[in-house]
Amino acid sequence: MPTGFQSQQTPGEDTVWIEQDPWIDRVPRSVAMVALFVLIVGLWWGATASGLVSPIILPTPAETWEDIVFVGANILSAGYVLEALWTTTRTVLYGYAIAAGIGFSLGVLVGETKFGERAVMPYLVAIDTMPKVAFAPLFIAWLGFGIASKVALAAFIATFPIVVSTAAGLYAASENERMLFKSIGATRMQTLVRLKLPTGLPYLFTGLKIAAVGVMAGAITGEFLGGGEGMGALIRVSASQLDTPRVFSLIIYLSFLGLAMYLFVVWLQRRLVFWNRGDVPGAIG
Amino acid sequence: MTAMAAEVEQDPAGETRPVYEISGLTKRYGDFLALSDVDLSLGKGEFASVIGSSGCGKSTLLKIMAGLMPPSAGRVVLDDRPVLGPRADIGMMFQQATLLPWKTAIENIVMPISIREGRSAAKKALPRAQELLELVGLEAAGNKYPDELSGGMAQRVAICRMMISEPAVLLLDEPFSALDELTRDFLNIELQRICEARDATAFLVTHSIPEAVILSDRIFVMQANPGRVGEVIDIDLPRPRSLDMVNTQKFGEIVSHIRGRLDKEGFL
Repeated sequence: MPTGFQSQQTPGEDTVWIEQDPWIDRVPRSVAMVALFVLIVGLWWGATASGLVSPIILPTPAETWEDIVFVGANILSAGYVLEALWTTTRTVLYGYAIAAGIGFSLGVLVGETKFGERAVMPYLVAIDTMPKVAFAPLFIAWLGFGIASKVALAAFIATFPIVVSTAAGLYAASENERMLFKSIGATRMQTLVRLKLPTGLPYLFTGLKIAAVGVMAGAITGEFLGGGEGMGALIRVSASQLDTPRVFSLIIYLSFLGLAMYLFVVWLQRRLVFWNRGDVPGAIG
Repeated sequence: MTAMAAEVEQDPAGETRPVYEISGLTKRYGDFLALSDVDLSLGKGEFASVIGSSGCGKSTLLKIMAGLMPPSAGRVVLDDRPVLGPRADIGMMFQQATLLPWKTAIENIVMPISIREGRSAAKKALPRAQELLELVGLEAAGNKYPDELSGGMAQRVAICRMMISEPAVLLLDEPFSALDELTRDFLNIELQRICEARDATAFLVTHSIPEAVILSDRIFVMQANPGRVGEVIDIDLPRPRSLDMVNTQKFGEIVSHIRGRLDKEGFL
């Protein structure tokens, strides 16, 4: 493949270099995205239309699209899907707020105090290595079948990345910066608030993004297992009725919720960590 | 030109009263003797340098002088008061500019005031910060963020941040060693001019013999194991110094004398 430099030198002329990316990297972004979408849907359609995959396992693109429209209409007309979506949204937001509060506090405890690092951190690591979803039955036993047990599971899963990233962020300030603050007579609190926390913000946001994904997983798992309302419960019921198009369309609407959360965190990071735009990992657009 | 540390007390050029007095300074890390019985004093307006190979304890000496670390024994007195911790009348500068990236240049400069005296005092210090920016030739850069500044500009902002508290003494820990040679030469001449304009007492830690010679009135050559002042050298080149002096015979003689001292001790 002709990549890299192509010399267009002819005798007696200046030397001109033209640098070219391979052709696939020269396709404009919008075209590339649409093309990939068409390709995937085409393969999907081929797999179902040829009878290679049973429609019970994988619905056709057309069926799925019809169901997406149907569920969308239900949401717009304030139907039961909107109610479920609202329940899940509340679960996710409560869980996220609790995780952010507890995670940040524990992160400061671990990152700022020797006691936290020595005594608290080993327990956090031990709990973090456990499959946290396995705690779901316990939360249901303690908090019942209502929203509280789902919030608890969602918060439980989302807390750990925030603890770890907060603590890592507090270590991020350099030795020189610490010495500078010491030399100008800053108190421990001033050093924390005006040096260590701002320096650690990019780390904290990495944790918040991981947590935004985790909190969704926690909420949906809780709804699968704990019954009651919410998108997780709807998906479980649809799946048990072998209504796979419905499962797909519910997942798609659910993904909008996840995407909205994620984009909100990215937006917040861009506003707060304006000096460090260079590494906003996973930023879209 | 040679005088042992103990003799410095009867400083030949000691017309001025000493502002900084260090006597019998010793620092141990466990069994390791980092500094052994260091005596030195700095006169008002004097520029002194300490030079020595890595591990000779010069950074330790600077940290103790700055009140960032307690000595194991000995006294550090600045302006008749013992140094028992960080003080507003001690200005420090490090190898890296360490400007806070979320603050503009001028906000970085008043940051020490903001920490010590609060935000309203910092706000009142803004005109003084602007004057300092003018002093270092960065009058238009006040509202720039550190990532918009070159390495040399950032270090000049760091000079302003050090000067804002009007310190009695400047402690400089290899302040320009991370910069390229051209910028470094330029900033050394700038530093000389700033120190003269403010009649500042300065103490520079450096690896570079020519840098120490061009800037200093006196050079302390340190030796390791244990860290101690091996020799004190008075530099009687005329002031103001310029980069052309590097080519003079006298400059060459001083540099080679110091290099010889360091070589003899088996370092570098």
